[in-house]
Amino acid sequence: MKGRVWKFGDAISTDHIIPGRYFYLRSNLPELSKHIMEYERPDFSGEVSHGDFIVAGENFGQGSSREHAAIVIKMNGIQAVLAKSFARIFYRNCFNNGLPAVICDTEKFGEGDVLELFLEEGRIVNYSRDETVSFLPLPPVMKQILSDGGLVEHVKKYGNIRLDF
Amino acid sequence: MGMTLAEKILSEHSGKEVRAGEIAVVKVDLAYAQDGTGPLAVRKIQEMGFEKVSNPQKTFFFLDHAAPSPRFELSNDHNFLREFSERTGCQVSEVGYGISHQVVAEKEVKPGEVVIGADSHTCTGGALGAFATGAGSTDVAVAMALGKIWLRVPETLRVVVEGELPVGVYGKDIILHLIGRIGAAGATYKALEFTGDTIGRLEMAGRMTIANMAVEAGAKVGTFSSDEITRDWLNRMGRPGDFKKSTPDPDAIYEKTIEIDARTLSPTIACPHQVDHIRTIDEIGEVRVDQVYLGTSCNGRLEDLRVAANILKGKKIHPKTRMIVTPGSRLVYIEALKDGTMETLIEAGALTMPPGCGACVGLHEGVLGDGEVCLATQPRNFKGRMGSPNSFIYLGSPAMAGATAIEGKIADPRKYL
Ligand code: SF4
Repeated sequence: MKGRVWKFGDAISTDHIIPGRYFYLRSNLPELSKHIMEYERPDFSGEVSHGDFIVAGENFGQGSSREHAAIVIKMNGIQAVLAKSFARIFYRNCFNNGLPAVICDTEKFGEGDVLELFLEEGRIVNYSRDETVSFLPLPPVMKQILSDGGLVEHVKKYGNIRLDF
Repeated sequence: MGMTLAEKILSEHSGKEVRAGEIAVVKVDLAYAQDGTGPLAVRKIQEMGFEKVSNPQKTFFFLDHAAPSPRFELSNDHNFLREFSERTGCQVSEVGYGISHQVVAEKEVKPGEVVIGADSHTCTGGALGAFATGAGSTDVAVAMALGKIWLRVPETLRVVVEGELPVGVYGKDIILHLIGRIGAAGATYKALEFTGDTIGRLEMAGRMTIANMAVEAGAKVGTFSSDEITRDWLNRMGRPGDFKKSTPDPDAIYEKTIEIDARTLSPTIACPHQVDHIRTIDEIGEVRVDQVYLGTSCNGRLEDLRVAANILKGKKIHPKTRMIVTPGSRLVYIEALKDGTMETLIEAGALTMPPGCGACVGLHEGVLGDGEVCLATQPRNFKGRMGSPNSFIYLGSPAMAGATAIEGKIADPRKYL
């Protein structure tokens, strides 16, 4: 599926993705997800379309462990987050919710570029620039969680954690 | 070949020898969540189809972020957690009993344990010689339901701190200095292991401050060897039987060693809006402050409150600055009431809040308005964290908080010591 690039900078924290002051909406995910990235881009939730990409720089998702950050990205229809690097907890949270987080050279993507992600093959085609960007394959654990449809589905399937690689 | 503290603890908990880079499924000794992450964790447990948790005695829900609740939605979340706990036998730490990381350090965490919390500052428990790390609600739900978690065994950066700490310089300054050097992503996916004679002398409060902020450098854990200071802490908490030796092997393999000469450190500040925007007090210039916030899982211990009280004793806070003090736990609160620390702070003009996270996450009890500036002892200063996205958070030690409250601008605590 093709999607458009929405570009963000370095050091986007989970507080940027979903501000702490919406703490009270955490049991109301549809409402909460409207506030995604609102300090960075007011009305991001209204502008983004199903299948789009969030593209960022270093240390995306730093800070609080709130899984709601990964969840609101997924709920807004983003198909994957591409960044130069990710914070640890956020990275896990993405895959646990079936949202791919891909480490790659995001300098190669500009705002509004149209991309297609080929996860298995480790490449992203940038149709706007007629360019292909490859990335290192996902860690096997993450691949498995993703193919199971997230960690909840994984545990439902096996009744256990089956990730001894 | 020797093992780091992280490798040792994870090997003991996975039933086989595991090394940096390997994936291990490890037994979890203690699992917890707070009121912001707990409801989602419970829903995930239910989604997975579990009716109970694996070890209810060691499964905790802390009502600490919204305590007492400022909104009905959050009161509903609290009740959701209370009802689940009642049904499953899990433990609830009620409103007013304090911040999860402080309470577990007082009552639960033991050297050598694996501790998983649905809060990024779970790493605070590393101060006691545990492998304590934060995770999202789903990972914690699995840890609660199955009593285990998968982890990638981290490479370890060894941080050696040596030399006498100068007057007015504390654990907070050590960790801010380190983050300034390696950056907010400087230890991503890695363990930080703290050692050296300065660390050996540092009391538990200082170690907890350092361990707490390990995650601000991206680390999975910030570990310390257990020693006599750990033993004294456990004795003080009425848990002498919980002591265990937890140390790395002398020939452990580290990815890198970072040396810090404590004698060269000075009071240090993180500037808005990023924790690795580090300045020393001599570089900071004039920064007028509307609010001083003393407390949080980083610096809400008795020692922290005392340091600030010593500076504020017999003085008044600046008329244009408010100072808010939130003890980390009920135990801290009671001790600070008994020894006169609270009285000193209140007489100087501070406001006190019930034990909990208080103003740290911008929910209540000190929310910043447009353009306002806060000097806080908390671990984090992201844009908008304490309220308006147009406010500014500087991070410093409790001593700096005391000095700043007096002067109404970021001030050097050394003048008052
Ligand atoms: S005090 Fe602040 S940093 Fe610590 S757990 Fe509470 S909200 Fe998080």
